[in-house]
Amino acid sequence: MTSVELAVASDSELAEVALTRAEYVHLVESLGREPNRLELGIVGALWSEHCSYKTSKPLLGTLPTKGPSVLQGPGENAGAVDIGNGLACVFKIESHNHPSAIEPYQGAATGVGGILRDIFTMGARPIALLDSLRFGPLDEPHQRHLFDGVVAGIGGYGNCIGVPTVGGELYFDKSYRTNCLVNAMCVGVVHHGKLTRATASGAGNLVLLVGADTGRDGIHGASFASVVLDADSAARRPAVQVGNPFLEKCLMEACLELAGDPRVIAMQDLGAAGLCGSTAELAHRGGCGIEVDVARASRRETGMTPYEVMLSESQERMLIVARPGDVRSLQEVFERWDLHSDVIAVILPDQRFVVRDGAEQVCDLPLDLLVDGAPLRGAPGPRPERPQPPVATGVPAPTWTSDEALLALMGSPNLGSRSSVYRRYDHQVGDATVILPGGDAALVRVEGTTLGLALATDGNSRYTALDARQGAMIAVCEAARNVVATGARPAAVTNCLNFANPEHADVWWDLHDAIEGIGDACRALEIPVVSGNVSLYNDTGGTGIDPTVVIGMVGVIDDVARRCTAGFRDEGDLVGLVGPVASELDGSEYQRLAGGVNAGTPPGLDIDLERRVHAFVLEAIEAGLLHSAHDCAEGGLAVAIAESCLLGDIGAWVGIDELGDGEGLINGAAGILFGESQSRFVISFAREALVRLHELAGRHSVPFRGLGSVGGERVGVTRCIDVSLADVRRVHGGALIERE
Amino acid sequence: MTFAVEVVVVLKPVVNDPQGLVVRDGLHRLGFPGVRSVRVGKHLELEVEGDDEAEVRAQVEAMCEQLLRNTVIEDSRIGSVSTLSGKAL
Amino acid sequence: MKFGIAVFPGTWSDRDCKHAVELAGHEAVMLWHKDRDLKGSDCVILPGGFSYGDYLRAGAVARFAPLMESVTEFASAGGLVWGICNGFQILCEAHLLPGALTRNSSLEFRCAPTWLRVETGDNAFTAGCARGEVLQIPVSHGEGRYVADEETLDMLEREQRVAFRYVRRDGSVVEGDTPNGSMHDIAGIVNERRNVLGMMPHPERACEPLLGSSDGMQLFSSVAKAVSGNGVMPVAAVS
Repeated sequence: MTSVELAVASDSELAEVALTRAEYVHLVESLGREPNRLELGIVGALWSEHCSYKTSKPLLGTLPTKGPSVLQGPGENAGAVDIGNGLACVFKIESHNHPSAIEPYQGAATGVGGILRDIFTMGARPIALLDSLRFGPLDEPHQRHLFDGVVAGIGGYGNCIGVPTVGGELYFDKSYRTNCLVNAMCVGVVHHGKLTRATASGAGNLVLLVGADTGRDGIHGASFASVVLDADSAARRPAVQVGNPFLEKCLMEACLELAGDPRVIAMQDLGAAGLCGSTAELAHRGGCGIEVDVARASRRETGMTPYEVMLSESQERMLIVARPGDVRSLQEVFERWDLHSDVIAVILPDQRFVVRDGAEQVCDLPLDLLVDGAPLRGAPGPRPERPQPPVATGVPAPTWTSDEALLALMGSPNLGSRSSVYRRYDHQVGDATVILPGGDAALVRVEGTTLGLALATDGNSRYTALDARQGAMIAVCEAARNVVATGARPAAVTNCLNFANPEHADVWWDLHDAIEGIGDACRALEIPVVSGNVSLYNDTGGTGIDPTVVIGMVGVIDDVARRCTAGFRDEGDLVGLVGPVASELDGSEYQRLAGGVNAGTPPGLDIDLERRVHAFVLEAIEAGLLHSAHDCAEGGLAVAIAESCLLGDIGAWVGIDELGDGEGLINGAAGILFGESQSRFVISFAREALVRLHELAGRHSVPFRGLGSVGGERVGVTRCIDVSLADVRRVHGGALIERE
Repeated sequence: MTFAVEVVVVLKPVVNDPQGLVVRDGLHRLGFPGVRSVRVGKHLELEVEGDDEAEVRAQVEAMCEQLLRNTVIEDSRIGSVSTLSGKAL
Repeated sequence: MKFGIAVFPGTWSDRDCKHAVELAGHEAVMLWHKDRDLKGSDCVILPGGFSYGDYLRAGAVARFAPLMESVTEFASAGGLVWGICNGFQILCEAHLLPGALTRNSSLEFRCAPTWLRVETGDNAFTAGCARGEVLQIPVSHGEGRYVADEETLDMLEREQRVAFRYVRRDGSVVEGDTPNGSMHDIAGIVNERRNVLGMMPHPERACEPLLGSSDGMQLFSSVAKAVSGNGVMPVAAVS
């Protein structure tokens, strides 16, 4: 018989497991036989975009993942870099977009639970969480519902488990109306010797399934995350999992007790595609095989089929590989934490993936075909012609004064105070949060050392929508700037790529360009990419999101006592601008507020200047010359100054005459005040430091100029802006509060 | 006429109930080994104006769908409905 | 001296309390919830967290832990017991302190700095502070609204058993504008014998200037002084 004759699955069967006809035929040809229904379902889950990365894998290979400090690059549960003192920082960012769109509280909560497991599976104690969130316009009731639910879910999980949520970002844009984005990042610390891998070895070794009982949670979750949402999505709702942070806390403590324990050969958490995905990856990494007996899994419900047990995405579960003689003693460790465990699988010498239901063998697939065999997908079509960017910017002639413009920006949902969000998160548990949320990057000290980790996420989709490559480069640079502003050296990057349907050529090419941009920026700044996640099909009813690149950055400062913060400090200090002056309003928040249209070309970026600016700021902080440093980002120079005033609770007065023409709020001055030119910091310093800073700037070939001074209770720009700090605080503080 | 309506909201049978698990385990530790399962829900007591019981039930059903239960993960059922005040039938 | 720090499943301030105790120069021993041995502790801390997930009611399940039997005996014998956040909730559930902690009036979790006025110094925990002194100590809880009936509130006020009240930075009263809506702005209370303190704010998070405040250290020092016998309020005097 030919393979075509063997390929008898119906279209509806294939749709259910989200396989294309071509993928199915490839499967049958490779197997030389027709898969049974369980095998088909398992292949469908592991060949889903979510598990196989069949679209993004060929592109991701171009990212720089190596560096002297890299201990673990992509391929494990999370990346790891050396931070000195014999310690490693383990971190990763991951999306939970689709589940959050369906049930915002549980979707976000289980997203946090999942990323925490990725970190403690590596033996690292999680010390910080960050969340990068995107919703549609906040004045729409459904968006408010999603936003409130997601924030409550993040808090509900993180607060309960006792890991501080120290930062992140939050944007509102029309493009996320039907597809909100919830990206969660977790950072942990571990001694090098305790770094644990998810690589099985040793035929005959046993695999323990620890934690929650298995229920019908999230069957098809992996394929669910890999398809476009439609009206039927609601009907697929059993995909929603309910998280149990209390159980995860117990699981985390037990696993951390076992980190570095020679009895533990490998540890792997259960995430996408449940038992199926985790057992297959565990064995595949180790070049061995695995035989799972579903009859041995404790269940929460009766009547579950092998298919349901294998595909269940019940949360708070973990796999441990151990020698048969060590199993009992390991189970005792878990029992101390009231955790149940079952011996569920055995490691095989040859690379097969076998599933039994008691005595009956129900699946036997070549492991390599299952994990690595999904046909990769290239470009769905040639690069589409882009309409030429309009010559003029998309900013209409403003009818407001610059005072009004500043207050409108400071009070807008995208630039307003996030305190009503982060006060709902425990951001201090762990006695380690040195710089609290609200500044550029959070700074968390590392227990038992003087080391600090500066943590930030960043990504502006207005820029990536205009130019994916440039926008992605800017995201890397801005995340790095946030870290540099605290005095920390950027150490490594994790990324979350959120895109619409990659089967559309424009989306695929945006993804291609964005990955190229991340790679170029990271190579130039010498920051390796050690982990990441791709979320495709953020598309509902034909409406996709703008390409959204979220960069998670970790920086290291050797002594937290030498940190720098973003708020102005002392009356009489001078205010300075580091970096170029240009009048770039395309893609800016000012443009959004002025007309709502996102048009033109994103701000320019000279990556070599960016690098020199970082070096200058770091050296100035290290030399103790700065009293504050703040990334000049969305909203431009005027907003950066106002933010430093708010954070320091002190006013400032600056002049921009030498920067522009100073003729009131014509477009030129608006460009200088609110344009979002890159590679810039607003700094403050004692008068005595001015000469040394000029010398240092000269040495680094970095533009640097004094602008004015700190003091008083007003935010002022000569001939342009004069508003009271109290008014700025009022509008800023109320930006996210629901108006009756 | 005013009716007193009881509504019980519980997680759907297929949905994990961490709270119920902890309460069950706590009862086991306190010496109630016979407890097989605990599901924790919410009990609401409403006072609703309406013409008759059928109309009030329909109103409350609609409330359940729109607000009282999270249709993604919860089921609801109307418990007792009784007359509180107003003219006798 | 030796602080015993209780660890229930779901406790997370245990490590922070240990850090603060050691920073203060004292010994910390961890007390596992399934054990009954207090390991010779001079003061037992019931730290913050979500014991048993805080499911059903915060502290409701933890009160039945074997360790709590020993803690209750220890408290009855005059031993110092200090409940912080979840520990305060457990002490109320165990009826070692009157009243209850309910959901914040905002219906939201709150993590924020607060200012506490020391209302009484006649106990081992606050003996080292001046009455009326304002301490900056953060809160982090979803269920910290202290409620009790009028009779109990009158008794607490009459017997000067309110240890801390939420106030403004300058010590002036906030009149209900607290992080949780507590009755009488109560942040902490002591029992009749003044050897058991429950408080919602987290002093262990306020023991270093690097973390924004070191006011919490005064409480740890105060307990240590009392135990070592050279404090203003020796333990012997309360029993």
